[in-house]
Amino acid sequence: MNLAHVLLEIWLARFDILFGLGLTILVSFTAIVAGTILGISVGVALTYGAWPVRFIARVYVDILRGTPVLVLILASFYIPSVAHINLNALEAGIIALTLFCGSHVGEVIRGALQSIPKGQMEAAKSIGLTFRKTFVYVLMPQAIRQAIPTWTNAAVEIAKATTLLSIIGVPELILTTQQIIGRTFLSLPFYLMIAILYFLIDFAIERAGRYIDMRVSAAQGTVP
Amino acid sequence: MAYHLNFAVIWQNMPELWWGLALDLYLAFISLGIGCIIGLVAAFASVSKSGALRRIALGYVTLVRNLPILVIVLLVYFALPDVSRLFRLDKITSFVISLSLYAGAYLTEVFRGGLLAVPKGVVEAGMAIGLRPLQIKRHLIFPIMLRNALPSLGNNFISLFKDTSIASVIAVPELTYYATKINTETFRVVEAWSTAAVLYIATCYLIALVLRLVERRYARI
Repeated sequence: MNLAHVLLEIWLARFDILFGLGLTILVSFTAIVAGTILGISVGVALTYGAWPVRFIARVYVDILRGTPVLVLILASFYIPSVAHINLNALEAGIIALTLFCGSHVGEVIRGALQSIPKGQMEAAKSIGLTFRKTFVYVLMPQAIRQAIPTWTNAAVEIAKATTLLSIIGVPELILTTQQIIGRTFLSLPFYLMIAILYFLIDFAIERAGRYIDMRVSAAQGTVP
Repeated sequence: MAYHLNFAVIWQNMPELWWGLALDLYLAFISLGIGCIIGLVAAFASVSKSGALRRIALGYVTLVRNLPILVIVLLVYFALPDVSRLFRLDKITSFVISLSLYAGAYLTEVFRGGLLAVPKGVVEAGMAIGLRPLQIKRHLIFPIMLRNALPSLGNNFISLFKDTSIASVIAVPELTYYATKINTETFRVVEAWSTAAVLYIATCYLIALVLRLVERRYARI
């Protein structure tokens, strides 16, 4: 096993690796965006919902946060077929990750909304803003700034959790690489390669989160 | 054709599921212990005066926190034996090493936060009554840091417990592994996964409950 041989094998497998990498990024992106939208509604429901809504949101969040992601992914891959809903592995995986992301972001948003001082809401009410206006102009801007660091952590967790889709047969980066290893027997170099690629993806998300945090704080005239 | 729930298979396999759950708890507990040692060392290194130590500790945290646990598990179990035969480990040892390394990075952050939250006055008070630096660390900084770190320590234990499900990927016979087995052998899909989920959720709740009691006790001292 020499370096030239390893590089040659990586070069020969470049399209497979790029395809896997692309799928990993696509799945992460979809799950994070959809999960964030879901999570914001869950967070609002948890904080301002009437009690039945709050109760349902609480049950959803607690169930999803108490179950390992791997179990969620396996469950959403196998269980829908029982109800004659045919999902392929990719769809099942994206659904599982979105629901998971939604529960985590929901808690993040709830925490951020609850940390806003009560006076803000009272001030908004006293100048006659409706709840919608209060939410859009007063609460959400403050909550978002609070939430960005924890939201970034949640996003990194989701990107990391996409690796588990390899177990239900989604040909993302890990499964593709395992197929290459099955052909070439170069387990060390290829596993190191995916470790580097995942590090780059997750590090990029973390940095992006920090950059957005800085920009938002700067735009709002506060330094974190 | 409708699906009829039938939990008979689950009852038959319940002993295995309990053992799987016990193994999960065991794996999480051992990894938390080793992770705490790594975390403590790295946390003290990350606030030390030596720039090299600080950089190594922060490098470790950044590296491991941005790697998926599955990649670490696969690296340690499949790729490290290629480096040297010394690393040819059994599945459980291999997984414990992976999870401890992973936990260590998160616990470093936890302990580091605990260390930074120790009030300066405490250290100055220690110096004023003539304690040596090591005594200050041992009798003042360490206990206060531990109390600061306790809540996040508990949360980390819960997430480690959930991460042990990934051991099923390298065929460690824990809860998820047995659930997969029931799923593929009997096709009792809904029963297998709902039971596994309930066991995981209930255990997480119990751990959280115990932790809250421990925290309340600790806060009183």
